[in-house]
Amino acid sequence: MPKTYLDYAATTPCDPKVTRAMSVFLKKDFGNPSSIHNFGQKASMAIGGARQSVAEFLGCESEEIVFTGSATEADNLAIFGTVKASKITKPHIITSQIEHPAVLESCRELEKQGAEITYLPVNKDGVVEIAELKKALRPNTLLVSIIYANNEVGTIQPIAEIGELIGHAMSSGHRMSKIYFHTDAVQAANFLDCDVKKLGVDLLTLSAHKIYGPKGIGALYVKKGTPIAPVIYGGGHERGLRSGTENVAGIVGLGQAIKEIQNPKLKIQNIKIRQFRDKLIKTILKIIPGSRLNGSLTQRLANNVNISFDGAEGEAIIVMLDQKGIAASTGSACSSGSLEPSHVLLAMGLSEEQAHGSLRLTLGKLTTQQDIEKVFKVLPTVIQRLRKISGYHS
Amino acid sequence: MEQPYYTKKILERFIHPRNLGKIKDADGIGDTQNLRCGDLMNLYIKVAKQDGREIIKDAKFETIGCGHAIAISDMICDLVKGKTFEEAQKVGFETIVKEIGPIPPVKMHCAKLAQAALKAAIDDYLKKSKK
Ligand code: FES
Repeated sequence: MPKTYLDYAATTPCDPKVTRAMSVFLKKDFGNPSSIHNFGQKASMAIGGARQSVAEFLGCESEEIVFTGSATEADNLAIFGTVKASKITKPHIITSQIEHPAVLESCRELEKQGAEITYLPVNKDGVVEIAELKKALRPNTLLVSIIYANNEVGTIQPIAEIGELIGHAMSSGHRMSKIYFHTDAVQAANFLDCDVKKLGVDLLTLSAHKIYGPKGIGALYVKKGTPIAPVIYGGGHERGLRSGTENVAGIVGLGQAIKEIQNPKLKIQNIKIRQFRDKLIKTILKIIPGSRLNGSLTQRLANNVNISFDGAEGEAIIVMLDQKGIAASTGSACSSGSLEPSHVLLAMGLSEEQAHGSLRLTLGKLTTQQDIEKVFKVLPTVIQRLRKISGYHS
Repeated sequence: MEQPYYTKKILERFIHPRNLGKIKDADGIGDTQNLRCGDLMNLYIKVAKQDGREIIKDAKFETIGCGHAIAISDMICDLVKGKTFEEAQKVGFETIVKEIGPIPPVKMHCAKLAQAALKAAIDDYLKKSKK
């Protein structure tokens, strides 16, 4: 039975060009980039090349890129690092209720340590309101961290507008510090413009494995002049911001993956993905009564479908779909194993039951028409079956 | 999660539950909500007299719950048939695990959901039969 993978927001397969580029640095050119000999220098050069590729994608200088062990680590560095480097004794951070746990839990930890945190609400479409953010600014606001595109419902946040607002805020009123602006662009990178100047961000997080690169490698853009302290100490790699021998193959993989997502062919692929997404949303809502789309239809990543079904529980849907050869997800794969209903859906105003019955389908460049049709064939029977188990009548 | 999240036996019960649905003229109905995940369960029992004792003759369930909740409820329904109330309520976690295989620790409360629903159904019967 052919397997249909519709969980690209959880992770993506490596592009063949990526694995090819990487394997050289696992085998032949395995040197430690800190070594002065030829083996080391080859590895060091390769890292430089990858750094350049990432910088080009973000429209910044290569010295502004820090490679990390994951996007979670990059988020942690952005948040803990700026707070640590700040002179404010009780800094204020603004974030949203729909952040990735990497940001949310970092903020919660800082809150325990005495920082003030504002968790901005979102509207029912799952989008942060600029006016709310404006109201939340305080004299001691140090950092704003808002996700570029949400991982569960794919809603796109107005990052450039927020960047602009922060710019204005800084020139008016009394401030204890410059306000630094961080965005987690992990899900956005495949589809949205990540030019840091256009976005007006000081810090931006990327992940390789969401863009057809390997797992275990992330990057943080740190704008020149942004005070930031490391969270990991050691040999002073990555300009002292991330000690630890570089994951050379991973970095090379990230560099190659970044090159690939800028390939003009991807634009065409993304149009196809968007068409599939639209078809999925329209058809599922039509053929399955008691279903509703979560999150804005327009401010939404081209590959994200998130639908709630009355009378069916999310995990049960996933397991039954898996039995029929479709891999999907309930909310975020990162927090599977926790049973609490999605914090993102709750923030959007869904009831606990609605939030617990959601299905996320995320598409990617290998998704085919057959995959989509399989969903149309299988999903209605799965929902019907689970509704029979739950005694639900539409 | 190095153990399979869903074992073969659990999957089988989940996909083909044997004790699914309502009992139309049920003697006791228990409904419970899982406080951790918000999921819901209804359990129906039919009571009969045997050798002068009251036993559970039939048990069925409906749930909006995860696959584990479905499989475990189905199992419990099987396990309590023919048992007195007291015996039925002794059907504990170990018995279930022995029958169905290991359940991930985060899913313990899904098993409890079924046990709570069974207790509620018995209580419901006792309340009704007193009147
Ligand atoms: S997760 Fe709700 S019943 Fe198992």
